[in-house]
Amino acid sequence: MKVRANFALVFNLDKCIGCHTCSVTCKNVWTNRKGVEYAWFNNVESKPGIGYPKDWEDQEKWNGGWVLKNGELELKSGSRMTRLRNIFMNPDMPVIDDYYEPFTYDYAHLQNTPLLEAAPTARPRSLLDDSRMEKIAWGPNWEDGLAGEFEKRGKDTNFNDMEKQVYAEFENSFHMFLPRMCNHCINPSCVASCPSGAMYKREEDGIVLVDQNKCRSWRMCISNCPYKKVFYNWETGKAEKCTGCYPRVESGLPTVCSESCVGRIRYNGIMLYDADRIAELASLEDTQDLYQAQLDIFLDPNDPEVIRQAREDGIPDSWMEAARKSPIYKMAVEWQVAFPLHPEFRTMPMVWYVPPLSPVQSQIDQGNLETAPDGVIPKIETLRLPIKYLANMLTAGKEEPVILALKRMIAMRSYYRSLDVEGKTDLAVLQEVGLDEAQVKEMYRYMAIANYEDRFVIPTSHEELRQEDPYAFQGQNGFSFGNEGCSISSQATLFPEPRKKVEHVLEFNAYVPAKSSNGEAV
Amino acid sequence: MDFTQLIFGIYPYIALTTFIVGSLIRFDREQYSWKADSSQLFEKKQLRLGSNLFHIGVLALFLGHFAGLVTPHTWFLGMGVSDMAHQYIAIIAGALFGTICMIGGVILWRRRMGNPRVRANSRFMDIFILDWLLITLGLGLITIPVSLMHALKGDAATMVYLAEWVQSVLSFRPEPVLLADVGLLYKIHLFFGMSVFLLFPFTRLVHVWSIPLGYLLRPYQVVRSKYVRYR
Repeated sequence: MKVRANFALVFNLDKCIGCHTCSVTCKNVWTNRKGVEYAWFNNVESKPGIGYPKDWEDQEKWNGGWVLKNGELELKSGSRMTRLRNIFMNPDMPVIDDYYEPFTYDYAHLQNTPLLEAAPTARPRSLLDDSRMEKIAWGPNWEDGLAGEFEKRGKDTNFNDMEKQVYAEFENSFHMFLPRMCNHCINPSCVASCPSGAMYKREEDGIVLVDQNKCRSWRMCISNCPYKKVFYNWETGKAEKCTGCYPRVESGLPTVCSESCVGRIRYNGIMLYDADRIAELASLEDTQDLYQAQLDIFLDPNDPEVIRQAREDGIPDSWMEAARKSPIYKMAVEWQVAFPLHPEFRTMPMVWYVPPLSPVQSQIDQGNLETAPDGVIPKIETLRLPIKYLANMLTAGKEEPVILALKRMIAMRSYYRSLDVEGKTDLAVLQEVGLDEAQVKEMYRYMAIANYEDRFVIPTSHEELRQEDPYAFQGQNGFSFGNEGCSISSQATLFPEPRKKVEHVLEFNAYVPAKSSNGEAV
Repeated sequence: MDFTQLIFGIYPYIALTTFIVGSLIRFDREQYSWKADSSQLFEKKQLRLGSNLFHIGVLALFLGHFAGLVTPHTWFLGMGVSDMAHQYIAIIAGALFGTICMIGGVILWRRRMGNPRVRANSRFMDIFILDWLLITLGLGLITIPVSLMHALKGDAATMVYLAEWVQSVLSFRPEPVLLADVGLLYKIHLFFGMSVFLLFPFTRLVHVWSIPLGYLLRPYQVVRSKYVRYR
């Protein structure tokens, strides 16, 4: 056994309202720069839909993630030699139109036009080559709220093995939001695909990063990440990805997307896992066993044997304490209401999802849906979202764990309804789903109330273990792009300068009062 | 000092010193700028053919020039390769890979100049070095008919002179006089070729140093530790 800690998240989809606050705060912090305008380290997708970039879930198209080859784990894109052969041109890599062409608007035009009969408009302009865009044809969230035809969004691979045409009808349509970010996988395929070894997983907290100085723009990570969450910065020629907001996390703060989530759907915490079992558990034959495999790789932070081994492996006691209080552990392992996104990619992702309940309240009120004996809480069979769809997304198609999770969430509501409305506790609903009263009270506290200190249990990093000489560290800045962080660099350079900025279209000119045709000021 | 002495006695050392020292300085000081600087995100179809052909051609040409020019004359004779055989191998391989490289290079050039996205995001040096390489390559291809005429006349002198000159430079006893009887076309090609080394550290060509062969031997996962005691 080799104990490692991994920074992990749970997103409670039952409460996600698709407001995109996570995406916008993330963008403002991390990708508000030339070269990554098109990159959203965090985005929220409307499901069903093909997502961002287009069809990212379809690995027959992009060859991301891992497969089993003669019982051994191998990247779906082929052997190491295959990738080196493709180094002059990566055939699996998306082009920018698979994301969308980044654009801005000619805002200055609004100020600078002379007086016109019609109001001036700010027309779109490409951020890639500064050219006029007559029509914006795709964006980071083009399918928001089921926009577009079913023909297009029905290409969603989560419809596999389903009679999807039924859901094309308006009466049967369903909808959910899926916020996505880097999964900081236990078995990351992006790291495995990097020819120059620039990508790495941090031993202390499992955050996956790109060493900007070692990246040589071989761009294998872009296509080998099955979630398409490594991006190519076309300005710097380097790969960039979600950093897990490590400067915040190291200080005990939640990630920006989690902190800003207005629905309080995001949970941050620590999970312990056994690093010696990665290869064994990621290479199980049946993809439907991979969800259970990931539960099996997690270690119980209360187990004395785990505690002893963790100490030997150098995990600080404060981290063990955080692991015992981890909201992730409670939701993923204790209550089993959270699931990994596409475990069949075999990367062992560490962002887990609580599936959404989807009752139609007006239908219940009209008595059209079958409910529990209390007449209010709907039965799971009447939910609008097909279980198979959720299972295809979260458990490689295995429905039982998803059904149990949804039943547990319904039982929690049922229990609290009986307690609050009728003043008595209905323990029968709990027994049916294998929960006890203490557990359901805790579930309620974490999932319904979701206090800040319950959602975010993040131990600070131990800088004293990191610094050989803390005194010498003073005066340095912690994070920068390029060589600016280095005290010896100056403005003068022999080497290629960054490309010119194209942001002149955003410059505002001084306001000159317009004159009407007869020369009078207006 | 005459012109020949300057270009073929001194310039090679300026070029090679810049090549090596410049690369070292850039690697040491400007890691962030050390990259292939791929434009594949913008365009993929032309790149597929262009980049593969160009790279296969250019690598084969480099290795061919290296083997043909740096290997001592006596070694070739020792291996039983006569001067004429050597010359025909050079002509055939050069024509083949030179053509492959030229087709790829022209596709890449058209892509770089013609695709608005790629064009808008090309630095001066990106275009300049591509032009320079294509001119060098074109000059090299033009020498092939001349060499073929030499070969048909059974004359391998030019090739031997060129190889001996390269070896004289690399052994720090430059003898520009060896090139006295070599045609002007070859000399221009030499100048352009040497200049590629001079330009090398100031361009994206530095990615050649980073051919990731170590990847074949590396374990898939890379884990880094921050804590000193585990380093």
